[in-house]
Amino acid sequence: MAPVVDTLRLTAEDAGDLLRRGELTAAELRSAYLDAIAERDGELHCFLRTVESDDDGVPIALKDVISTKGVETTAGSRILEGYVPVFDATVAARVKTAGLGLLGKTNTDEFAMGSSTENSAYGPTRNPWDPLRVPGGSGGGSAAAVTAGLAPWALGSDTGGSIKQPSALCGNVGLRPTYGSISRYGVVAFASSLDQVGPVAKTVRDVALLYSIIAGRDPLDSTTAELPEAVRLPESESLAGIRIGVPTELNEAEGIELGVTDAVERAIGLAEELGAEVGECSLPRSVRYGMPCYYLIAPAEASSNLARYDGVRYGQRADGASYQEMVDRTRDAGFGPEPKRRIMLGTYALSSGYYDAYYGQAQKVRALIIEEHREALARFDVLVSPTSPTVAFKVGERAADPLAMYASDLLTIPSCLAGLPGISIPCGLSEGLPVGLQLIGPQFGENLLFRVGHALEQALEFDTVPERWRAGSDPTGQTPTRSA
Amino acid sequence: MAISREEVLHVAKLAQLALTEDEIAQLTDELGKILDAVSVVSELDLADVPPTLHPLDLMNGWEDDVPRDSLPLEDVLANAPQAENGLFRVPAWRQ
Repeated sequence: MAPVVDTLRLTAEDAGDLLRRGELTAAELRSAYLDAIAERDGELHCFLRTVESDDDGVPIALKDVISTKGVETTAGSRILEGYVPVFDATVAARVKTAGLGLLGKTNTDEFAMGSSTENSAYGPTRNPWDPLRVPGGSGGGSAAAVTAGLAPWALGSDTGGSIKQPSALCGNVGLRPTYGSISRYGVVAFASSLDQVGPVAKTVRDVALLYSIIAGRDPLDSTTAELPEAVRLPESESLAGIRIGVPTELNEAEGIELGVTDAVERAIGLAEELGAEVGECSLPRSVRYGMPCYYLIAPAEASSNLARYDGVRYGQRADGASYQEMVDRTRDAGFGPEPKRRIMLGTYALSSGYYDAYYGQAQKVRALIIEEHREALARFDVLVSPTSPTVAFKVGERAADPLAMYASDLLTIPSCLAGLPGISIPCGLSEGLPVGLQLIGPQFGENLLFRVGHALEQALEFDTVPERWRAGSDPTGQTPTRSA
Repeated sequence: MAISREEVLHVAKLAQLALTEDEIAQLTDELGKILDAVSVVSELDLADVPPTLHPLDLMNGWEDDVPRDSLPLEDVLANAPQAENGLFRVPAWRQ
């Protein structure tokens, strides 16, 4: 008889152990996830496509901005419909080398531009906790897939919060690594001074394990650096000797829901019980100027990066009597409203007469934000705040108001601009929906984030399985049982 | 801070976007609001602050200059909307 695998609860680490001990074959494991996808993804729409693979490790889902050789990669855009990369992104190659077979490509806001996955040209992804709500974005497909047990782990990409925010809204763990620690070669570019690839999983240890597989210098991406120390899988449940800073502006920003504050304060209290030293600190200009700075830098770089979609070398092409008419029509037909908005905003911010006042000024604001974080992290080992000001919002609620949507990333943007690593771990429920706790560390301080995140995760005992599915899932059982 | 219809048309031309009338109207409104929101960065006096190109303190990741194989031509052209004789085919520059 085929083994029964509870994919809602099985961690990637435990799945790997089962494979190594021969209690499960990779094909059986893969088919358990494909069954879960068949059962639940009709409602959720996490995957844009699934694929076959005969790799012998724990399978993985990749956000559809990551180039996969021979597998269509659209970045959630019509303009790339039918595009089949002829090479693998470095991260796709590294997971393949580690034996992690590709399960499929996950939904994303078009070109990773959005906070709800509603901007995908292929339809929105739904939140596993409540399908009337968004999973966050842009990596809503990867985050929802992990929570729904459709993939044991996944990769996302993060420019201003696209890994951490969906993980917060879906109730799992997401890491935006230090800028420069993971190769972007073969990853569809959005804003090159900010983009980072990172892991999403159910536990901090799984995230650390996946990070260790993909991180480190890549000769094909000159912005990458060698990690200063090897990745350590966290074990300690104590936080003795750890200094945790609570930045006032990140914790008292306008728009943070009461239930979110309550859950975060409870987690901070637990950290103290575990031995951490907790104190207040300040990032006086990072929150007020972070979002404006981000919405100048990111669109400016996007307008440059997206100039390559011209209907000549790949992607869709519209008819035109002349070369220029073909290009202009291709871009109008191929891009959805959000990329157009950002291309226009960025082109404006870079245009003659405005460059210094907008893009130039934003680059200087970023210097201030970097400095403020440096000062706070000189006094504290990690900084803590909510990941998202709110729990998952309803599909459609912010879709018509770009500025309301942009505010979703208010708390994740500052540390992204500073190039710092951040991890979101689930810290409780508010209105029956997950609340994410954001931990920010120093450059290349991932091991510290894993240590603090793991200790808190053990103490918080958050159940990552959405309440509506708990009846059919054994909360104690992490091992598969053979049917009689 | 409002942005005029003429400015939107100028930027659309720079961005190579053939916008529809509806899009022009909507973007004129939305870009004005977004520019209002982001313009707060001008409150700060940053004359002495050097700009950041990216957040990592890392310059010039050199590699040895070793010849490597390129992609085969058929792979390079595999995704082209139109290709001919080993070249990308596009409409004439001027009609």
